[in-house]
Amino acid sequence: MSLLVLEAVTRSVELPGGGRLEILRGIDLEVDAGDHVSIVGRSGSGKSTLLGLLGLIDDPSSGRIVFDGMPLARVSGGRRDRLRGRDVGFIFQQFHLLPGRTALENAMTPLLYARGRQFWRRERIATEMLERVGLGDRLQSTPDRLSGGEQQRVAIARALVRGPRLILADEPTGALDVDTGSAVMALLDEVAAASGAALITITHDPGIAAMAGRRFRLDEGVLRPVDAADRAVAAPPGGAP
Amino acid sequence: MIGALVEAWAEFRVHRARVLLSLVGVVIAVAALAAVVGVGSIASQAQIEQLERGAGRPATLVLNPPYDPRTGKQADPAKLAAAFDQIVERYSITYAGSVLWSGGQAQFVDGVDAVQLTVVDPAYGPMHRVQLARGDWFSDRDELRLTPALVVSDAVWRRLGSPDLATHPTLTLIGRQPTTGVILGVLPPDPYVGNLQAYLLGSGYAALAPSAAPGASPLPMYEFWVPLELADPLAERIRAEVGAAFGEGWVVDVQRQDYLAWGAGDPLEPVRIVLLAIAGLILLLGALSLVNIALVTVRQRVREIGIRRAFGATAPRVFLAVLLESVVATVIAGFVGVVLAVILVQSDWIQGLIAPGLQDAVPFPVEAAVIGLVAATGVGALAGLLPALVAVRVKVVDAIRY
Ligand SMILES: Nc1ncnc2c1ncn2[C@@H]1O[C@H](COP(=O)(O)OP(=O)(O)OP(=O)(O)O)[C@@H](O)[C@H]1O
Ligand SMILES: [Mg+2]
Repeated sequence: MSLLVLEAVTRSVELPGGGRLEILRGIDLEVDAGDHVSIVGRSGSGKSTLLGLLGLIDDPSSGRIVFDGMPLARVSGGRRDRLRGRDVGFIFQQFHLLPGRTALENAMTPLLYARGRQFWRRERIATEMLERVGLGDRLQSTPDRLSGGEQQRVAIARALVRGPRLILADEPTGALDVDTGSAVMALLDEVAAASGAALITITHDPGIAAMAGRRFRLDEGVLRPVDAADRAVAAPPGGAP
Repeated sequence: MIGALVEAWAEFRVHRARVLLSLVGVVIAVAALAAVVGVGSIASQAQIEQLERGAGRPATLVLNPPYDPRTGKQADPAKLAAAFDQIVERYSITYAGSVLWSGGQAQFVDGVDAVQLTVVDPAYGPMHRVQLARGDWFSDRDELRLTPALVVSDAVWRRLGSPDLATHPTLTLIGRQPTTGVILGVLPPDPYVGNLQAYLLGSGYAALAPSAAPGASPLPMYEFWVPLELADPLAERIRAEVGAAFGEGWVVDVQRQDYLAWGAGDPLEPVRIVLLAIAGLILLLGALSLVNIALVTVRQRVREIGIRRAFGATAPRVFLAVLLESVVATVIAGFVGVVLAVILVQSDWIQGLIAPGLQDAVPFPVEAAVIGLVAATGVGALAGLLPALVAVRVKVVDAIRY
């Protein structure tokens, strides 16, 4: 059974002047555990909107989303929130760390909404995860004292502390230089592979996209697999499986 | 719930400066509230004790000497005393005794002066909350003394030159026969009545009484300290028994005389109500500024709330966290306010103002502290409600785009 299935999903918004803006049209996508999916697209093509749908924080205007065998139309309210907290880990476009809180507190945030062992041992778990992303010595630093790459690693640690089955990364390298970017991506790839989680990376960087096993392009709200010809151009030598 | 509390505490720490500033009003209001309640209950406790010293503790029944309106005859003292003994025995009344006020004169070094005499039984002490500045109240053994025992007012004691009670100072009372009594105890100075006053037991009074002949001297009244709920039936029984002892036609008067029976209102009530209203207004203003600040910050924190929601915080959880954040803050403010109120109310200056003449400092009333804390919690919950409602309405996607 697939972890996440999108069937003919559309998303449109009401514009202030009247009329509708169709951001996403007819999206079909299936993601299995362990998949690494990349989605590229120009700015404004609807990538972040799609990520919201994949991450259960938004509802499609039409079509169907099935998460872990459950049609999301039937999972709402608190159940949906808890499901998202347990199974989805977000890495947002602009990090979205909580200002004023230390790296440790930021990484602990998702564990506040967990129960039992994860809640009570939240400090240990978050510390271990920060050590794993190489920030073991920066636990008490607030975001304004961290470089972009370090902030991104805190965001990654935060996304991973609950051991999600689906990791969603929106432009995880957008704010980073090329070298730091690929180091961060490698880390994310490695952690996802180790836990068997599905990883969906949204990016406009072809190099980053090429690290994924399954590649898609979002164009004017339409999602298409990247074909072999594109792949040959985009992928660095030996990068594709 | 625990998670929400942990979160609220963390939020409070992060926004400490802003929160603390907004709490100044709450601190002041709670301090004022607790102080008013505290002062009020100390003052009314002092007042009640004062009333109890005069009229006895609730419920005190008093039996006035019976008389026969047809002949104008007074009761025979011996017969009355026998009836009293019988009642005390039959109803197992632990605290009961006779009280007789009488004028008297005492010999001081600088001459003779009028002294107000109160002839009592040892039970009068506990029944009237008699507190002594020095020495002891009468015990049952004092009835058997050869030299009568006395408890005198502060004014008498000073008049005697403030003697050490260990030296067994005496006072000579002038009556039918001059009687020298030894002073056992001294009452605290009383700012309201700075008079010359002495308590003595019935045995000591015998020699002083104007005449031993029946009808020649005033009769004592008898007091009974009984459980509140038994006061009415017991009054009825005492009336019946004494009536039976004296026979048809005699008027027997048994009354409650403690302050509860008078239905006396608290004379400080109006002042207290005004002060409470002022404190309530301050609290309201504090709450309004809290709401204001909380609303502004909730708008700033929409993004944060969206992030938390994305990581699994449910809407009720966010509601609770925002609400608790406000409550945690105001409870702390309330605690500070209560501490301030305690310091203020316990200061010598205030104590001297509200309860002059009290020997021991009255402890800060628990109910004042509780009321202060409850008010603070309530204000916190009210002030947190609006921002908490805003917080749950946040749509996660929009908040994150923000
Ligand atoms: N709630 C909304 N109301 C109006 N327009 C919206 C809303 N959400 C998204 N849009 C519009 O939909 C389009 C897609 O937005 P989205 O953020 O998904 O793009 P994106 O691919 O993530 O772009 P970028 O690469 O710049 O992050 C944009 O033109 C945006 O203005
Ligand atoms: Mg985007």
